[in-house]
Amino acid sequence: MKETLTLVAVALVATVALTAQQADRKQPPGIGPAPSLKLPAIQKHQLSNGLAVWIVEHHEVPLAQINLIVRSGSAADPIGKYGVGSLTAAMLDEGAGARAALDLADAIEFLGANLSTASTFDASAVRMSVPVSKLSEALPLMADVALRPSFPVAELDRLRKERLTGLLQARDNVGALIQLAFPRIVFGPTHRYGTSANGLPATIESLTADDLKTFYRAHFRPDNATLLVVGDLTPASALPMLEQAFGGWKSEGMPALVAEVPNAPQLSQRQVYLVDKPQAAQSQIRIGWVGVSRSTPDYAVLEVLNTVLGGSFTSRLNQNLREKNGYAYGASSAFDMRLSAGPFLAAAGVQTDKTADALREFFNELNGILTPVPADELAKAKNYVALGFPGEFETTGDMARKLEELVIYNLPAATFSNFVPGVTAVTAADLQRAAARFIQPEKMAVVVVGDLKVIEGPIRALNLGPITHVPIDNLFR
Amino acid sequence: MTRVRSSHFLALAMAALVLTGPSTIGREVALQAQAPALTVPYTQFTLPNGLNVILHRDTSVPVVAVNVWYHVGSANERAGRTGFAHLFEHVMFEGSMHVPEGSFDTWLEAAGANNNGSTNTDRTNYYIDLPANALELALFLESDRMGFLLDDKAPGKVDGQRDVVKNEKRQSIDNQPYGQAFVELSSLLYPPGHPYSWPVIGSMEDLSAASFEDVARFFRTYYVPNNASLVIAGDIDLAQTRKLVEKWFDDVPRGKPVEKLAPPTAVLDGVKQKTITDRVQLPRLYMAWHTPGLLKPGDATMDIVANLLSSGKNSRLYRRLVYDLQIAQDVAAFQQSQALGSNFVIIATARPGQGLDKIQAVIDEELDKLRKETPAAREMTRALNQTEASFYRNMERVGGFGGKADQLNAYFKAAGTPDYFEKDLARYRAVTAAEVQAAVERYLPNDRRVELSVIPGDKK
Repeated sequence: MKETLTLVAVALVATVALTAQQADRKQPPGIGPAPSLKLPAIQKHQLSNGLAVWIVEHHEVPLAQINLIVRSGSAADPIGKYGVGSLTAAMLDEGAGARAALDLADAIEFLGANLSTASTFDASAVRMSVPVSKLSEALPLMADVALRPSFPVAELDRLRKERLTGLLQARDNVGALIQLAFPRIVFGPTHRYGTSANGLPATIESLTADDLKTFYRAHFRPDNATLLVVGDLTPASALPMLEQAFGGWKSEGMPALVAEVPNAPQLSQRQVYLVDKPQAAQSQIRIGWVGVSRSTPDYAVLEVLNTVLGGSFTSRLNQNLREKNGYAYGASSAFDMRLSAGPFLAAAGVQTDKTADALREFFNELNGILTPVPADELAKAKNYVALGFPGEFETTGDMARKLEELVIYNLPAATFSNFVPGVTAVTAADLQRAAARFIQPEKMAVVVVGDLKVIEGPIRALNLGPITHVPIDNLFR
Repeated sequence: MTRVRSSHFLALAMAALVLTGPSTIGREVALQAQAPALTVPYTQFTLPNGLNVILHRDTSVPVVAVNVWYHVGSANERAGRTGFAHLFEHVMFEGSMHVPEGSFDTWLEAAGANNNGSTNTDRTNYYIDLPANALELALFLESDRMGFLLDDKAPGKVDGQRDVVKNEKRQSIDNQPYGQAFVELSSLLYPPGHPYSWPVIGSMEDLSAASFEDVARFFRTYYVPNNASLVIAGDIDLAQTRKLVEKWFDDVPRGKPVEKLAPPTAVLDGVKQKTITDRVQLPRLYMAWHTPGLLKPGDATMDIVANLLSSGKNSRLYRRLVYDLQIAQDVAAFQQSQALGSNFVIIATARPGQGLDKIQAVIDEELDKLRKETPAAREMTRALNQTEASFYRNMERVGGFGGKADQLNAYFKAAGTPDYFEKDLARYRAVTAAEVQAAVERYLPNDRRVELSVIPGDKK
C-alpha cells in the first residue's frame, strides 16, 4: 500500500512537473509585470567655492567616474572662430599644471585612469574613469587638466595639423562627407549648427593660443560648471578629496554672457542637393530640416514617434529599406535635440543603383507617419522606449552621462522618474499632432552623396524638387 | 560583422571595431595586489542534448542578458561559400517554425528588449538583453531558432538577407577608405584553403551562390545544442531559471559531434610585400605577423607589446611617428587573438607629403630597440595598470557584446571554464620585461612578415 501510494504521488508529481515544463510553442510565453527601477539618490553638495557636486553611489565595481561639465560648448564659438571651443577642450590635457603633455599622459595612464576631454555644441567636459583605490592620486591630475591648462603653442600646432589632416581624409569617405553636407544645407554657413563643431580648414589654420585662452577664461569657471561623481564611494569619502582638488578654483570677473543660439529659420520648400563621389558603392542619404530643442514639451511624444519611424530595428524605415527591399544595411531617423533646435533627419546608406528607389521609399514612410499609428505598433514603441530605460543607468559611465543631461539642459530632478509615465501616456493622437508639426516631408532638404553619373538621372525623374549640385570643396569652406 | 544597427552611428563604429579591433578576450587585463579578486560566480549544467548552460546572478539593474554562442565561424566555411556563416547569422533573426517572419524582433521590442548577433572567424554570438520579467520570451525565441529554424519560408528569407548582407559589405568594406586592406591581409598571411585565408564578410560571388540547401546543411551540422553554450546573467532566480531552460531547450534535438578544425600551422618564410591602390588621400602601411593563438603562451605578452607600442602618447610608435616626428596621422598595434593562431598587426597612416618608407624605417627602429633592450619597469607597470583597470570596466555591463554574459561564454569556449577572469588577469601579471623582449625577437621578425601598402589611386 505504502509503496503504491508513493508511486501514485510520484506519478502525480511527474505529471504536474511535465505540464509545467512542457514547452508550448503555439504562442509566445506571457510576460510578467515590468520590474521597477529604483534610481539611486542624487546627493547634491557644494564645495567652498560654490562648485556644485552631485554624487551617486554605485558600489558594484571598484571604479569611480568623475565628470566635470562646463555649460558652454561649440555653440559659444564667436563668429569667425568656429572650432575654438572644440580645440580648447582638446588642448586641456596637452600640458597642465607643472606637467608637459607627455608627463601628464604618463602620470594618468600609470594610475590606470582613463581621462578624456571633449565638447559638444552645448557643453564641454573633462571625464575620468579610475579605479577607486587610485582616486586620491588621480583627482589632482584631473584638476590640473580642468583648472590649469597651459595651451603650449607646439602642442596646439600638432593638434591643428591632426585636425587639418582629418578633414583631408574626410574627402575619402561618403559617411564623413554627408555629415558635413547635411547640417550645412539645413542651417546655412552662418548659423553655428551649420558648421561642424571642429570647424573648417581656414578657421582651424587661424586659431591662436590666445583665442583658446580667451574661450577658456570666459567659460571654464566654477559658476558655469558642475562636478558629477558616480561610483564605489560615499560623500564622506569623496568630498574632502574633491574639496582639495577643486575647492580653490575661483571665478574671475563677471560670468560670460553667452547669447543663446537662435533657432535657425525653418526650410520652406523641398530641395535636392547632390554631392558627387564617383564610383561610390553606396549613396549616403539624409532627409530632414530644423527639428526641436531638448526643452520641447513634446520630448516623450517625439521619442515614441521617432521609435515608430526610424528609431528601432522594427521601425518603419528600417523594415522598409532593409528587411522588405534590401536596399540598405539599415535605415534610421533621429531628432537631434540641443539647447536650440537641432536637426531632424532620416538616414541611410543605400546601394548605388537603388538610390532613387530608396528615396521614394523614404518619402512613402515620411508621409505614412502623418496618418494615425495603429494601436499595436504604438504599444510596441512605447514599451520599447519605457522598458529599455533602466538599461541606460547600468554602468558608472552610463549614470554619469544621464546626470549630464540634467545639468546641461537644466532639467528638473524629477525628469527621470517622470519619463516612463510620460511615455506611457502618449496617444496616437499625440503622435499625429507632433508628426504634422515636426515632420513635413514637402519642406525638407534631401541631401545625397554618391556617384552622380549613376544616380542623378533616376533622382531627377522622381521630381522631388529643384536640384542643386554642391561641389565637395564647398563643404570645406 | 554584425547584423543589427540600433542607431546609425553606432553601427558604423561597431563595424569598424569588428574589422580592426582585437577579439574580446585576451585583450583585457589586470589591477594590483590589493584589488579584490575578479570573480563572476556561476552555476553550470549540461542538458541531455549537450547544451552547456551557465547562469550568473547580478541584480544591480532589473535586466537579464541571454547570450548564446555557437562554435562556428567563417573558419568552418567551404570553398566557394565564403561569407556563409555571417549570412546564416542574419537568417537566424527572420523567424523559426513557431515564430512568424518579423515576429522575433517585434515581440522582443514590445517587451523592451535589445538584441543583436555577430560573426567572426571562430564563433557566432547572439544576445538578447531584456527586462527581467520577459526572460521566458527570450528562452522561447532562442530555443525555437536553435531547434526549429527551418520552415517552408526559409528560402525566401535567405534571399532577403543576401541583399542586406551585400549592403553591409558595401557599407563597411567596399565604400570605406582602405576597406580592402584586411581582405588582402588575410590572403597574404594564410595559404589558399586555410580557414583564415578569406574574410568573414565573404565575396559577392559566394554570397550570390549560397543556396537554401547550404543553409539547411549548415544548420544541421553546426547549429546543434552540443555545439553551443547559453549564458543567462542578470536579475534571475537560479533554480527557477534552470527549470525554464529545461522547459524550453530539452526538446531541441542533439546533433552529430562537430569536428574540430586542425589546419596546418600557417607560417611565413619571408617578407610578403604587396601594394594596392584605393581612392584615398593618404598612403597607409600595414605590417602583420603570425603570433600565438588565443590564451596560448605568448598571447598575453603580445597584448603587452601592443600596449607598449601604441597605447597612449608615451607609447613607442605613437611617440616617434605621431608626436615627435609628426610623419604619421595615426598608428595602431594590436594582437588579434584567434583560436587557430593569432596575428599581430601594425597600421600607420602617412601625413600629407610623407612616405611609407620612412614610417616603416621608424617602426623597424622601434622594434629593434625592443629586441635589444628590455622595457623599463615603469613602462611595464603602466601597461599592466591600464589593462587591469580596463578589466574592471568590462565587469560593469552584464549584456551586449563584451558584457559579462558574453565574456563568460568566451572563456567557456576558449578556456573550458566560464569564470576565467582572475586567471586571464594572472597571465598579464606574469609577463616580464624579459619575456616582452624575447617575444618581439621571436614573433615579430623583420624577415618573415607581411608588408601591405595602400596608396592613392583608383580602387581596384
